[in-house]
Amino acid sequence: MATKLKLTQEGVVFVLAALLFVGFSLVLDRFLTVGNIIALVQSVSILGILSLGMAFVVIGRGIDLAMVATMVVAVAWGLVLSRSGLPLGAALLLGAGFVVLIGILTGIIVAYAEIPAIFTTLAMGSIVYGIGRTFFFQIDVQNTPVGYAWFDFLGRGTMGGVPVPVFAFACVALVVFLMLRYTRFGRFVYATGDNPLAARVTGVPTRVVMVAQYVITGLIAYLAGIVMAANVSGMNTRIYNSTMIYDVLLVVVLGGIGLSGGRGGVRNVLVGTALVGILLNGMTILNIGYTAQNLIKSVILLGAIVIDTLINPRDEQTAQQGDI
Amino acid sequence: MKSRFLTKLAVAATVALSAVTVTKAQDTGLDQVGRAEYFEALKGKRVVFIPISMGFDLTESWAAIFRKDAAKLGYTFDIKDPNWSTDAGTKALTAAISEKPDLLIVHNPDIQSYARLLTRAQDDGIKVLQINMPSVTTTDSYVGADWVELGEAEANALVDKCGTGKGPSTKIAFVQGVVTGAANIYLKHGIMNVLAQHPEIQIVSDQAANYDPAKARAIMETVLQQHPDLCGAVGVWDSQDVGIGAAVEAAGKQGQVYVVTSGGGNQNGCDNVEKGLLSMNISYNSPLMGHIAAQQIAELLTSSDAAGSRKANYFTPLTPITKENVNRRNCWTMEDLQ
Repeated sequence: MATKLKLTQEGVVFVLAALLFVGFSLVLDRFLTVGNIIALVQSVSILGILSLGMAFVVIGRGIDLAMVATMVVAVAWGLVLSRSGLPLGAALLLGAGFVVLIGILTGIIVAYAEIPAIFTTLAMGSIVYGIGRTFFFQIDVQNTPVGYAWFDFLGRGTMGGVPVPVFAFACVALVVFLMLRYTRFGRFVYATGDNPLAARVTGVPTRVVMVAQYVITGLIAYLAGIVMAANVSGMNTRIYNSTMIYDVLLVVVLGGIGLSGGRGGVRNVLVGTALVGILLNGMTILNIGYTAQNLIKSVILLGAIVIDTLINPRDEQTAQQGDI
Repeated sequence: MKSRFLTKLAVAATVALSAVTVTKAQDTGLDQVGRAEYFEALKGKRVVFIPISMGFDLTESWAAIFRKDAAKLGYTFDIKDPNWSTDAGTKALTAAISEKPDLLIVHNPDIQSYARLLTRAQDDGIKVLQINMPSVTTTDSYVGADWVELGEAEANALVDKCGTGKGPSTKIAFVQGVVTGAANIYLKHGIMNVLAQHPEIQIVSDQAANYDPAKARAIMETVLQQHPDLCGAVGVWDSQDVGIGAAVEAAGKQGQVYVVTSGGGNQNGCDNVEKGLLSMNISYNSPLMGHIAAQQIAELLTSSDAAGSRKANYFTPLTPITKENVNRRNCWTMEDLQ
């Protein structure tokens, strides 16, 4: 750092986010207020939790395009079960069971049948959503049952003035960070992502690690779904059809976690989420129209990637490894 | 003299005979005049419904009513569900046109995408009924909300609450849905009609939430930070705007921010009025819409007019639902329609 300043993609995105933050603070009256910063973080906390889950599997050289489908179907099913008389806690546990089952199935197909994760999870998303719409629920918005204070607290409560979803985001970030950094399993994930064959030769149970990754990613998505449902008192399964899964991938890739695996960590996700959050909040305050917002968002995101390419030119190694 | 006697005899005979007939009719009843012809004319006709998506209150209520009517009247009723994909909907519509049904019921995701296909369907002799979400092409019939009237009603409700000196400020937020949809475009026109006459009302935020309550909530949270004295919010669909209500509740501003929206009158929307998340939910009564559309289906199927030769419009009545009138008459459940 002292001898040579090398800006990574994470650095570029961080600088962009910081510039926008300072810019908005100067230009917009009520941008830099505690209330607005909390609203800003809360508005991206669900996206952030999902991105942490996605980062986890991407670092292990996988990808999970079925995350949003798993989330909406499992949570919606839990809500349906609870309204049919089951206590909400038990219903949500059943939902979690479904998530684990889907994770194991996806993991087995990817790790043992060696079908590329991108195709497996793309298909799995349709399968999960199809199962949900056919067998679990007919109406695509499921309201939360009334009378469960602990559940409402997850989405609408505050602790010390900070909304619970923000805490949930922080907790998931901390847990994923500790798991990746300090556990043997975390090191195995990096090893598997960096070079699966070498990892296997050195004795890492790569296939088991891969299955576990999909289960954990699914469970993180499920948690995001529960917070989301509590937050707006219902689960809107239509978001399966939205661009949400791409927004999640975007945060991960933008933050600097390469899709080729083995690189990056929680910090990258936080930086990526921060940029998206600041952008969305600032543009909403500026009251920029919907189409223009999408345009600006895309241009800034593309710009971040272009700047990264200029600062860090592709070399032979990255070219061989495969890139975004 | 003789002829007079004969006449009398004839009259007497006629009276006696008709008395016998009437007695017989009273015993077994008569088939209602025209009924058999009506059923005969509808038998075997084919109707295809292309909704924006199944699985939500509006389309499920219409489909339940159409299914019952089809079974009763003997026409076939098929649903091609594009599940929120305009692309899949366009394909379904193209496929449906080539199958040449007698009638297409179309629920447009936006005002442009299906417009030319609808003209083509009518050119091919297929009658087209548009339901609740019209396109720029007018077809044989439109049954649905009068979106301009609805927009005016929503805006008037806010003018009542937020006019000069009436509320904490004259600031309101407009949370749009899908900006290309009929609901959005025509509703906005209605809102602007009213606001043009009330320049004191300021729209401080005009954002789109794409029918997603989580997005609506995020927008509203930011708006409330910028304008803590906001007086009202106007949305386009109760299913999305519950997110507005959630943000208002979280900010502790229930009672200050008046949230006006609209929907089909489903119990879920009414529950959210009761919970105070929505202050006023103007219902366009989707079951009634279904029944009027079912009547239009029968009329179009039995009429000998060529496709595209008439342009009927049926607007359902609007009922503003507030805490005072959440009741069984104004709110319906899916079970009511089974």
